[in-house]
Amino acid sequence: MAAGPMKMRATLNGGVTDVRVLMTHPMETGQRKDPDGKLVPLHFIQNVTVKLNGRTVVESQISQGISRNPVFTFRLKGGAKGDRIEVSWIDNHGETNQTETAVA
Amino acid sequence: MRINPIRRSLVAVLAAACLKPFAALAATWNKDGFGAKTAADALKALGAGNPLPSKDLLIEAPQIAENGAVVPIEITSNVPGTTSIAVLIDKNPFPLVAKFDFTAGALPFVKLNAKMGETSDVRVIAEAGGKHYVATQEIKVTVGGCGG
Repeated sequence: MAAGPMKMRATLNGGVTDVRVLMTHPMETGQRKDPDGKLVPLHFIQNVTVKLNGRTVVESQISQGISRNPVFTFRLKGGAKGDRIEVSWIDNHGETNQTETAVA
Repeated sequence: MRINPIRRSLVAVLAAACLKPFAALAATWNKDGFGAKTAADALKALGAGNPLPSKDLLIEAPQIAENGAVVPIEITSNVPGTTSIAVLIDKNPFPLVAKFDFTAGALPFVKLNAKMGETSDVRVIAEAGGKHYVATQEIKVTVGGCGG
């Protein structure tokens, strides 16, 4: 399956930038059965990286225990309107996706 | 057939050249920690075998989760110098759910949605100055979420 769309919002609130990001991904646990009774193979995002103006600020390692279509909120110190936030992910099949936005 | 040493070394160089970009692409992922089937083993793999309980580590999560497929958990560490936060759900088949490393520029805060198979303690581990701290909260689950 091709990587689905991502959505992200970064807003400045009293000196702290809230970054809320949604990734479209099935996050299959490898334990679920399809309607034919066959196990759906393990398929999940393993790494999520957050960058502020090109510099890595959060590196995440995640498991299949994260809900389908993962949503994360991170908080960055300071930041200014227009700062560039990038979020990228890679899953256990090597599929990747990324998105970027400017702090509003 | 005799093995041609020049051809062999060429193959090795090509193989190394092909593999390298993948190694660079794949970021760190704690295979031992995420593969651990008990929280104790996962903690060992994180190097956090004996964490100190801390009141400066805050978990905001429902006491009762109606849907185990999406359990919102918000974590704030007020432990000075926190560099990472890990989340473990004791009774999940693989307890370690996530680990976040923060560099200067990020606050030691995260909100995520996790799956929970059944009622369980949720443990949050923070690392600061080489020490590990823990906070625990039980979340009751009425409908498990490991099938979805």
